[in-house]
Amino acid sequence: MMTAFFASEFFANWRRNGSAIAGSVILVIFAVIVVFGPWLVWQDPYDVAGLDLMDSYKPPAWLPGGDPRFPLGTDGQGRDVLAAIIYGTRISVLIGVSAMICSLVIGTFVGLVAGYFRGRLDGLIMRIADIQLSFPSMLIALFLMSAFGTGIDKVLIALTAVGWVVYARTVRGQTLSESGREYVQAARVAGLRNAKIIRRHILPNVTTPLIVVATVQVGTFILIEASLSFLGVGVPITQPSLGLLIKNGFDVLFSGLWWVSVFPGLFIMALVFGINLFGDFLRDELNPRLK
Amino acid sequence: MKDMTETLLRVDDLRTHFHTFAGTVKAVDGVSFSLAKGEIMGLVGESGGGKSVVGFSILGLIDSPGRIESGQILFDGEDLAKASEDRMHKIRGKEIAMIFQDPMTSLNPLHPIGRQMDEMLRLHTDLDARGRRARCIRMLEDVGISQAEDRLDSYPHQFSGGMRQRVVIAIAMLAEPRLIVADEPTTALDVTIQAQILKLIRRQVREHGASMILVTHDLAVVAEMADHITVLYCGKVVERGPTRQVIDDPRHPYTAGLIASIPDPSDRKHRLDQIPGAVPDIRKLPRGCNFRDRCPRAQALCAEREPDLETQEPGRSAACHFPVEGGGT
Repeated sequence: MMTAFFASEFFANWRRNGSAIAGSVILVIFAVIVVFGPWLVWQDPYDVAGLDLMDSYKPPAWLPGGDPRFPLGTDGQGRDVLAAIIYGTRISVLIGVSAMICSLVIGTFVGLVAGYFRGRLDGLIMRIADIQLSFPSMLIALFLMSAFGTGIDKVLIALTAVGWVVYARTVRGQTLSESGREYVQAARVAGLRNAKIIRRHILPNVTTPLIVVATVQVGTFILIEASLSFLGVGVPITQPSLGLLIKNGFDVLFSGLWWVSVFPGLFIMALVFGINLFGDFLRDELNPRLK
Repeated sequence: MKDMTETLLRVDDLRTHFHTFAGTVKAVDGVSFSLAKGEIMGLVGESGGGKSVVGFSILGLIDSPGRIESGQILFDGEDLAKASEDRMHKIRGKEIAMIFQDPMTSLNPLHPIGRQMDEMLRLHTDLDARGRRARCIRMLEDVGISQAEDRLDSYPHQFSGGMRQRVVIAIAMLAEPRLIVADEPTTALDVTIQAQILKLIRRQVREHGASMILVTHDLAVVAEMADHITVLYCGKVVERGPTRQVIDDPRHPYTAGLIASIPDPSDRKHRLDQIPGAVPDIRKLPRGCNFRDRCPRAQALCAEREPDLETQEPGRSAACHFPVEGGGT
């Protein structure tokens, strides 16, 4: 299995593609942070008992007044910025990935149904999608969040409500063209039921473009979530994502205490950058027309 | 002769229409025929003549905006035009199977052929996994695929066109259907293997005691294979009868034209005959005979009244006011 992967064209192209390697390295680092985060830092940034107000606003370790215990400095409550970032990254990635999965599942299902059965239902679903696409997704998410209030679950709902459309459209288009193929006719002639035809014969044939969309969407979702949290309508203060960390430091940014928000910002940037690099590579690899 | 054979399928005044924005397309308009057990019937006509729609109507697979307007499809006494969708799921594949035109697209590219064969057996038989596998292997050997056991795990793209059509035939025959609808089964293949595949289909049909409707535009194919011929033009039967008689002595000018346009390699002096004009727009068919604009024998009556399908002699009928008599035009 593993040797087959290393011998594949996919792997060979990956090795020759610098930005793909860079993207992968970034993603691996973030994967380690997400999985092993709590063991990487010595301080639990949300255990108030472990914080010491005497440590507040310490600059990064390499600056005068820096403390080696806090490599990227501390915030106003004496919290290690690096530890907060690592915890925040986990929340950001968790939201981005789960919202992507929810959108993917719902959007794919809707797209399959619309594309396979066509008719009125298809018209209705696709018009809803069209209307929704005519508004910026940020605006819709912001609107929904101000109605829902803060919370990770609510961010997930808002992002899914914004994100399913892309999948529904992609899958519907693919399904339309796949269901015209003779092998789908052949499956019907063989006596297969619609549900099984969709699952066995159409779904596997429409998934490839979804991989690319899903990858890039994780990045988009992380950014939207960060923006929502920065505006104060995202995650609650007890579960700060990277966006909320930026907001927390933003108040003191112009007092010269730049590290509290700049470092979380750099982490978001690196994360989304890595996702997009890898997503670009996937798009080139998985699109037969670009080869 | 009629009393000896048992009728498997009787199609009675079948009308399948498509209601499009541009008008109603009467793709099949009052088609009747019957098929005895073990018989092969050729369904012949130009493209757009409604041949394939007949096949899909029998299987109950007419999609909106199409609809079976009226008529009966009696399969072993059961009217398929009225059968529930549940009942049709049991009939498709098990009782009636179909062989498609293009083996390049009628197999799912993502599944090994063994899996696609297995799907059919799981649906229509009670065999266990080993029994199904054994049946698949035997079936593949039957259609002339060597090392069948290893080939089960191959994907469609690892087969050549002819081999793929063999697989398609194997899948169609797997559940031992009683009726096979072969929709242009050799049109997409190289001429060199067409004959092989036709022979294979005929052998399989005969060995399993099945009946077949062979849908094709190629009269040469029908002459080889079929016991009976039904010729369609603009959704209507214009002639039918036993193969030899229809080929040697066509009654309808359209059939005569089709036969005259088969190339004869020994005759290099004459230009190849063709039927002038094209199939009329099926949404606005002219009054009277549909074929009259292209017909060398058309007279005033043909524009007036549409000819009925009339018995010319026992077992033969044609829909023409002025049928061709004796040995072609």
